[in-house]
Amino acid sequence: MDPNSRLVMEDSQRTLTPYVTGTSVIGIKYKDGVLIAADMGGSYGSTLRYKSVERLKAIGKHSLLGASGEISDFQELLRYLDGLILYDNMWDDGNSLGPKEVHSYLTRVMYNRRNKFNPLWNSLVLGGVKNGQKYLGTVNMIGVHYQDNHVATGFGNHLAIPILRDEWREDLSFEEGVRLLEKCMRVLIYRDRSAINKLQIAKITAEGVTISPPYSLKTFWEFSAFKNPTAGAEGSW
Amino acid sequence: MTKQQANWSPYDFNGGTCVAVAGADYCVIAADTRMSTGYNILTRDYSKICKLADKSLLASSGFQADVRALQKNLEARHQIYQHQHNKQMSCPAMAQLLSNTLYYKRFFPYYAFNVLGGLDNEGKGCVFTYDAVGSYEKVGYSSQGSGSKLIMPFLDNQLKSPSPLLLPAQDAVTPLSELEAIDLVKTAFASATERDIYTGDKLEIVVLNREGIRREYMELRKD
Repeated sequence: MDPNSRLVMEDSQRTLTPYVTGTSVIGIKYKDGVLIAADMGGSYGSTLRYKSVERLKAIGKHSLLGASGEISDFQELLRYLDGLILYDNMWDDGNSLGPKEVHSYLTRVMYNRRNKFNPLWNSLVLGGVKNGQKYLGTVNMIGVHYQDNHVATGFGNHLAIPILRDEWREDLSFEEGVRLLEKCMRVLIYRDRSAINKLQIAKITAEGVTISPPYSLKTFWEFSAFKNPTAGAEGSW
Repeated sequence: MTKQQANWSPYDFNGGTCVAVAGADYCVIAADTRMSTGYNILTRDYSKICKLADKSLLASSGFQADVRALQKNLEARHQIYQHQHNKQMSCPAMAQLLSNTLYYKRFFPYYAFNVLGGLDNEGKGCVFTYDAVGSYEKVGYSSQGSGSKLIMPFLDNQLKSPSPLLLPAQDAVTPLSELEAIDLVKTAFASATERDIYTGDKLEIVVLNREGIRREYMELRKD
């Protein structure tokens, strides 16, 4: 080990590689608010270590957060947000932080940590509704952030976004929105090896947050190409 | 266990192209609205142009998180300036502030490529062009960002700025009319979009003249 990197190691521990990670999160706006989907897998490298990780959380009254990446960093971030919401609440002035403010906060936290070379190893999706305004944004571990009508992290960027660009509409009903997210999640289950078939979809509207209980999607594995994947590679077992 | 991840980097490159053209009584500032990382398009509608003061506009590309931090910093500094001086900062003053702000982070730079456009105290168009660590120059027109290597020679060819070596110093503003300048910028972007994968989706043009600020948009190729 070279002396410089040892110095860094002895001073402090930093997340420069993640341990337990969650895979893609997908979010869309729909007619009455925002929907976010994520599966419940927690991967330890390529081992599926945890199968019941909640990666969707309500933040205050108007926001919903989904996270991919290092699970422990996400849970630490939830503690920061709890503090933020509690402090905001203690003013007791009838004001409350909306999704725009929470997203802005997340953006600054992530960017500050990257400036200290000590990142929170996550890609986050933040959705919400306040004063009749829908909000959907994302931020990653180095502080890159943006808003859009549909966002996705990780593999979702490759596999789900093209579907969403094709099929997303402003006036999607709740049922249509869920069906669209399920279509994307199904592709991810088939093609992203870290994705698992146990997921949650959360909804946020002016009425508040509802996070679905975990459920599975119907899959079909009987295609002949799936049955004997090594048929074309004789000699291997 | 063998390492599966590439080494973590505090930087990313989100692409984008910025152009500014100064005229006798106007300034045109333009940038595309695509934001990318690698071969992914993250969003097709992200504005790279930031209004810093009544008569100065900043167009920036590079690493989006740094660009946003830089914009917030300058906005805050301008707020303080207004409280202290009870007026808007002039474009040349903003240009010096931007240079100092960039150089302040010389050894952990903002990975941002900026073009600052505006009107000077005489109402004449001015453009300042920068590198990531704060070197800057006052010019008549400029381009920065991923498509600059395609756009800059085109502008050189069309605008033929007077050599900076001439004495006495020649005025750098372009001879074009406002509408000609806007057309030139549109053509430049349409061409850059053909070959630069980090430029496209939409062009945002902001025109600054004695009437005030005007914004227009032009669709660009989305592939």
